[in-house]
Amino acid sequence: MPDNVYDAIVIGSGISGGWAAKELTEKGLKVLMLERGRNIEHVKDYVNANKAPWEFPHRGGRTQQMIKDYPVLKRDYPLNETNLDYWCSDKDSPYTEIKRFDWFRGYHVGGRSLMWGRQSYRLSDLDFEANAKEGIAIDWPVRYKEIAPWYDYAERFAGISGSKEGLPQLPDGQFLPPMEMTCVEKDVAARIKEKFDGKRHMIIGRTANITVPFTDQGRASCQYRNKCWLGCPFGAYFSTQSSTLPAAMKTGNLTLRPWSIVTKILYDKDKKRATGVEVLDGENNKTYTYNAKIIFVNASALNSAWILMNSATDIWPDGLGSSSGELGHNVMDHHLGVGAGGQVEGYEDQYYFGRRANGVYIPRYRNFFGDKRDYLRGFGYQGGGGRGGYSRSAEEISIGADLKDALVEPGTWTMGIGGFGETLPYHENRIYLDKNTYSDKQEQFNDPITGKDLGMRPVPDKNGKQRLDKWGLPVLAFDVEYKENEKKMRKDMLNDAIEMLEAAGVKNVKGRDGDGTLGRGIHEMGTARMGKDPKTSVLNKWNQVWDAPNVFVTDGSFMTSASCVNPSLGYMAFTARAADHAVNELKKGNL
Amino acid sequence: MNRREALSRVALILGGTVVGANVFLEGCKPGDKKAATTRTFSDGDIAYLDEIAETIIPTTNTPGAKAAKVGAFMTVMVNDCYEEKDQKVFFEGMKLLNEASDKKFGKSFMDIDAAQRKTLLMEIDTEVKKYMAEKKGEDPKHYFRMMKELTLLGYFTSEIGATQALRYVAVPGKYEGCVPYKKGDRAWAT
Repeated sequence: MPDNVYDAIVIGSGISGGWAAKELTEKGLKVLMLERGRNIEHVKDYVNANKAPWEFPHRGGRTQQMIKDYPVLKRDYPLNETNLDYWCSDKDSPYTEIKRFDWFRGYHVGGRSLMWGRQSYRLSDLDFEANAKEGIAIDWPVRYKEIAPWYDYAERFAGISGSKEGLPQLPDGQFLPPMEMTCVEKDVAARIKEKFDGKRHMIIGRTANITVPFTDQGRASCQYRNKCWLGCPFGAYFSTQSSTLPAAMKTGNLTLRPWSIVTKILYDKDKKRATGVEVLDGENNKTYTYNAKIIFVNASALNSAWILMNSATDIWPDGLGSSSGELGHNVMDHHLGVGAGGQVEGYEDQYYFGRRANGVYIPRYRNFFGDKRDYLRGFGYQGGGGRGGYSRSAEEISIGADLKDALVEPGTWTMGIGGFGETLPYHENRIYLDKNTYSDKQEQFNDPITGKDLGMRPVPDKNGKQRLDKWGLPVLAFDVEYKENEKKMRKDMLNDAIEMLEAAGVKNVKGRDGDGTLGRGIHEMGTARMGKDPKTSVLNKWNQVWDAPNVFVTDGSFMTSASCVNPSLGYMAFTARAADHAVNELKKGNL
Repeated sequence: MNRREALSRVALILGGTVVGANVFLEGCKPGDKKAATTRTFSDGDIAYLDEIAETIIPTTNTPGAKAAKVGAFMTVMVNDCYEEKDQKVFFEGMKLLNEASDKKFGKSFMDIDAAQRKTLLMEIDTEVKKYMAEKKGEDPKHYFRMMKELTLLGYFTSEIGATQALRYVAVPGKYEGCVPYKKGDRAWAT
């Protein structure tokens, strides 16, 4: 084979791209995995992973320079000095906010699998059937029983710790031993169960941190340092680097090419097949072409849509997969920022050992089994309970030895939860290539609702220039917002959080309805949804682009609805399933 | 901090002023773009801040804030992390604190003894509480609130503070959700 020809190309190296590479190489295909950013080698390049808190000059905080340099990242917790190198430069890769959208990206090998929150839950038929039952958007082309074996498969390899609960809305899986709750969490969980007649549950989080060693993958079990987002030197949480990449490399079939920005998928209109991809080298700015029989698009939901929009535009002006009119539409995320917290009296003789890289989870309980609200769908909560540390409020003590003596002991117990709400797929919530023109001037951009400073943005000017990124490529424009259904849901998310904690005996419970801007869930979904009909969906039930069946899109863009659970485990399962289908079809000569 | 901590922190943030919360969560406000330092810190300033910090967190059976080099830490944070308006409040505060010392004891802060320092700073701390209670949204933070916050953050995240005043285990290796605690046991550093 010439050196630019492979059996398959995988675009992107994050959670789903890593899985695609592993599955395809293990099935014997020669695979090229393209990553737009730099390489990060497992362990060796986790430069801050073994630092103690005092080794960070600002102790993990953010400087004014960082705030200036990262107008998007600064909007929430990701901007900090401990893993700044894992987030993409907002300045190199700008985007246009018709409406505010917080887009937090990782442009490097491993993508956001290095920084993800690791919470891993299954969708259920409550989710897969919702659109059809409620007449929202389009029906999912699959049901839980088709996906369940692939969830099993993904969980066994990735390693998910959790407890079996027998809840129909949150199916159990192939779990490693669960992490333990604190004694306060255990008591709160018991009281919630009792006060809400067994209809609401607080369980230990299901997390992709392994609680037993995976010696065959060279991964040690979780050491309870709770520094996952720095990269784990023990390989104890699932990431591309710790898990799928070594498996793919072991086959001898994988070529990994960092600094490879895929600008388009090449398409043969006679054969109705993709033939390869065009790559812009992010370091030398040269263009390269690679060919393959199968293309897996795993660039993350919004960037995968960007690639499709830039592809086959001579046939479809809005890009490959746009014939349905749905490409780039139906952008979803989870809306967050609503929750409650308070203090728990007593338990002064109880503490814990280790730093648990996990929290507690309250699965959805709204709008099923007889519960009916004035909005559709529901939400779950994540949170935790622990004792206050030195950073607690100690207003009653002034200064001196008394203050020091008080703060070297743990404080009272606190318990806090925050909601993750489902957003509906709205056709009008969309991203598109920004072809408008702008002047060289920048204007201050503040959130129209909260007044929050969102950084500078260029001023539209019909005699100006199109907005381009550092590499001269068009940027995305975002016209996305949450609507009435989500607003109504947020009221429940707030009131229920307060009600549950108070019912569980938590004192001084205070609610918070903060910033629910979409994007900050970091669960972008829906831009190339799957369905039963090429007229209303971009992908078929096997994640194949209707108009190019050898192109598979298996990141968050395929999601037909959002559910309220953290979605990444689903991407793993659907990717493994799609890879299996791809290789079967290839063998049959169908691709 | 990760998202789970951000979520769980709800409770703490609501509990009142939390040390360092601004460092971790607060972005700059519209119109405050510049982070230019209005002046620079001298070695003398660092020694002065060390003594203020040591008065807030003194040496007891474990070393205090001066040994943990909190004065220098404060200058790094003010230089790098504070907005310009807060930097001004801080620098002005260094002057005001000395003036208060002069007014009360006829000497600068560096020239009064430890007991006098404590008396002075306790008075100022009371003043802060009153100020905070009456403070409106746009009013600047009190300079001594800044100093106290930076002292606590700097001390308890320093090697001395984390490993001697508190307990720090780099690699716990296991997790136990419920272990007995008896009064006097030190808290975990992180």
